[in-house]
Amino acid sequence: MECACTKQKSDLSLLAPVLAEYASVRGSLITILQKAQEIYGWLPVDVIYHIAEQTGTTPARVLGVATFYTQFRFQPVGKYLIMLCDGTACHVNGSAAIAAALREYLHVENGGTTADGLFSLSIVACLGCCSLSPVMMVNEDTYGSLTPQSALAIMKDIQAKEAAQA
Amino acid sequence: MRIAVGQGSCGIAAGAAKVCAALQEQLPPNVKLGTVGCIGMCWLEPIVDIYDDDNTLLHRLVRVRPEDAARILKWTQDGEDFNIMDLIIGKDDAQFLTQQTRIALRNCGLIDPESIESALAAGGYSAVGRILSADSGMTPEEVIECIKVSGLAGRGGAGFPTWFKWNAARQSPGNEKYLICNADEGDPGAFMDRAVIESDPHTLIEGMLIGAYAIGAQEAIVYVRAEYPLAIRRLEHAIEEARAAGYIGKNIMGSDFSCEFRIKAGAGAFVCGEETALIESLQGQRGMPRLKPPFPAEAGYWNQPSNINNVETFANVAWIINNGGEAFAAMGTADSKGTKVFALTGKIRRGGLVEIPMGMTLRQVIFDIGGGIRDGKAFKAVQMGGPSGGCIPAELLDTVIDYKKLAATGAIMGSGGMVVMDADTCMVSMAKFFLDFTAKESCGKCVHCRIGTKRLQEILTRIVEGNGRAGDIELLEELCLAVRDGALCGLGQTAPNPVLSTLRYFRDEFEAHIRDKQCPAHSCTALLRYGIDADTCRGCTLCAKKCPVSAISGTAKNAHRIDPDICVRCGACYAVCKFGAVRKL
Ligand SMILES: Cc1cc2nc3c(=O)[nH]c(=O)nc-3n(C[C@H](O)[C@H](O)[C@H](O)COP(=O)(O)O)c2cc1C
Ligand code: FES
Repeated sequence: MECACTKQKSDLSLLAPVLAEYASVRGSLITILQKAQEIYGWLPVDVIYHIAEQTGTTPARVLGVATFYTQFRFQPVGKYLIMLCDGTACHVNGSAAIAAALREYLHVENGGTTADGLFSLSIVACLGCCSLSPVMMVNEDTYGSLTPQSALAIMKDIQAKEAAQA
Repeated sequence: MRIAVGQGSCGIAAGAAKVCAALQEQLPPNVKLGTVGCIGMCWLEPIVDIYDDDNTLLHRLVRVRPEDAARILKWTQDGEDFNIMDLIIGKDDAQFLTQQTRIALRNCGLIDPESIESALAAGGYSAVGRILSADSGMTPEEVIECIKVSGLAGRGGAGFPTWFKWNAARQSPGNEKYLICNADEGDPGAFMDRAVIESDPHTLIEGMLIGAYAIGAQEAIVYVRAEYPLAIRRLEHAIEEARAAGYIGKNIMGSDFSCEFRIKAGAGAFVCGEETALIESLQGQRGMPRLKPPFPAEAGYWNQPSNINNVETFANVAWIINNGGEAFAAMGTADSKGTKVFALTGKIRRGGLVEIPMGMTLRQVIFDIGGGIRDGKAFKAVQMGGPSGGCIPAELLDTVIDYKKLAATGAIMGSGGMVVMDADTCMVSMAKFFLDFTAKESCGKCVHCRIGTKRLQEILTRIVEGNGRAGDIELLEELCLAVRDGALCGLGQTAPNPVLSTLRYFRDEFEAHIRDKQCPAHSCTALLRYGIDADTCRGCTLCAKKCPVSAISGTAKNAHRIDPDICVRCGACYAVCKFGAVRKL
């Protein structure tokens, strides 16, 4: 059987400037992983091996750190990352109904990506906009005081925008 | 004239950026347009303030939409109030601010967070100037003494005296020392720290500079959670500005004191708010807590003496230096001094940021300032301290806000989350909600927390699903004590609090779930039954049409009926009935 890390062929040269800046600075592993994720959108396995090699550590340690933190993803993420809050305030104000509406409309579970690669759904705890709860972020835009209807309307707007561009 | 649009993350989410763009488009040459941070009146966002040339607030406009831009700008030219009457904040709402005492939030919503000039005009960096002044400066010991007199305690949750930690780090041998700001703000339902950084980053920087000077640190690090991109951007910008103005770097303001600043973005792990886990994370490792002692003051970041404080703790420091420790200590109760910021959310009418002197009652904060419960429902409980805290019921609303008095209720002061719940909230399911959270966030290092929270979560899950067993309450209590006593760090030690405190005040709700298979709040889906009130039902047939499983029978103009064996309790009939005939039983 072929190892997964040899099948994945990411452009490792993109990471060179990041490694040049941080590889020898102690304690920078998380920063390097964050920058790598900014570049690739997720952390492909060959990138993890490459980071390990360049920072003089083992892939196991890099992966150990990466899997500890919820920010890091090991699968490609959709063009629009939906972060739906289920923190205390949003929970009390009905985030479960919004999660249900999004799951049904997009046919996607928490942590998954839609078949067309447009949306990924991630349920998170508190985006810090609790007074507008329930809240979600779509990439960097925050939407508050959601209802199931308004959440779906936002999805439909994005879909319409994408369809117009295509 | 000057127009300022409140643009914290919450204001922007409510549409403030669009309002700002609409104003910009039509801006007359004699009006200036600017950005301010969050004033804390989040339920009224977007908020637009109009100032005259002497910086006096003429009008505060609320819930402004982009369409309103034209008439607002017309008002700036002709001053005829009737144009914008409906936008001017109501008297009731305005009281939200007048009942507060703002120290940590003193500049929030009033200054431009992206302009150091704006911070300087509001007195920014004057406290650093005071301690570093060549002839009348303060020694590090004098700074620590001033903080001691103030009685300032850590606002990150535990409430440990700030001066004590500073002194311990100062006394620790070694030349390489670090000052760290904990801006991880992981407690869901809390956003005080985000608001301070987004609205007034220079006050945080100044407080940290004073802390670094006091302990003898040459490097200051802010650990900000990754979910706060705007806070990170504004803080980065503020650090650049402060560096350019000579407040950061070598020989600050011509003194011997040098201090570098940097930001580290967190990567999403609640436990990293715990100080030793935060240090591990700063070092690029898995954020797992260490056993204390040694405390960070002895061996922290890279094993060097380090001091960690919360954002709000630092935000008080410059005020204390400028006004004296006594002025701060004059506010509050015998053992809790100064003010505390709370994020008031949940089923509250006026949700936002509140800063009040210690010693106010919960009732004053929730009812006088927060306006009580939304939609006229009954107050049930307020949750304080998030996953480490507990619920305080209606009969204890006159409890005074003070570290010891709150702890006596079984809740904690916490970092400032105050989530208000009404009669529709099921307390058993709230306990489950918090245990779902801690079980997921447990780092797994110690057995009591890793397995104990999981077992607690399982028991609570079966109770809300209607499968609770006799003896479950006793089992919960036994497990809670074991987890509390056996866990390695604060996460596990406090994880049982939400269960213990709901058991203390709402035991009958647990019993109803277990024994009667009923959820008194009608919130747990598995225990819910829907029925149609025959007298109220008009036979409109809408519910029968909406029912996804055809559980509703009946003919037009006659009362309908739900077959409980077919019903999947989706609530579609309840939502669609215009006459309130569908009832939760
Ligand atoms: C699980 C856990 C999470 C914590 N999260 C935070 C946090 O998000 N922000 C914070 O300032 N302190 C947090 N703390 C408290 C810190 O460990 C530490 O006591 C605090 O940052 C010290 O600052 P202070 O003395 O100014 O309060 C947390 C503690 C625990 C046990
Ligand atoms: S609880 Fe949802 S934004 Fe804070």
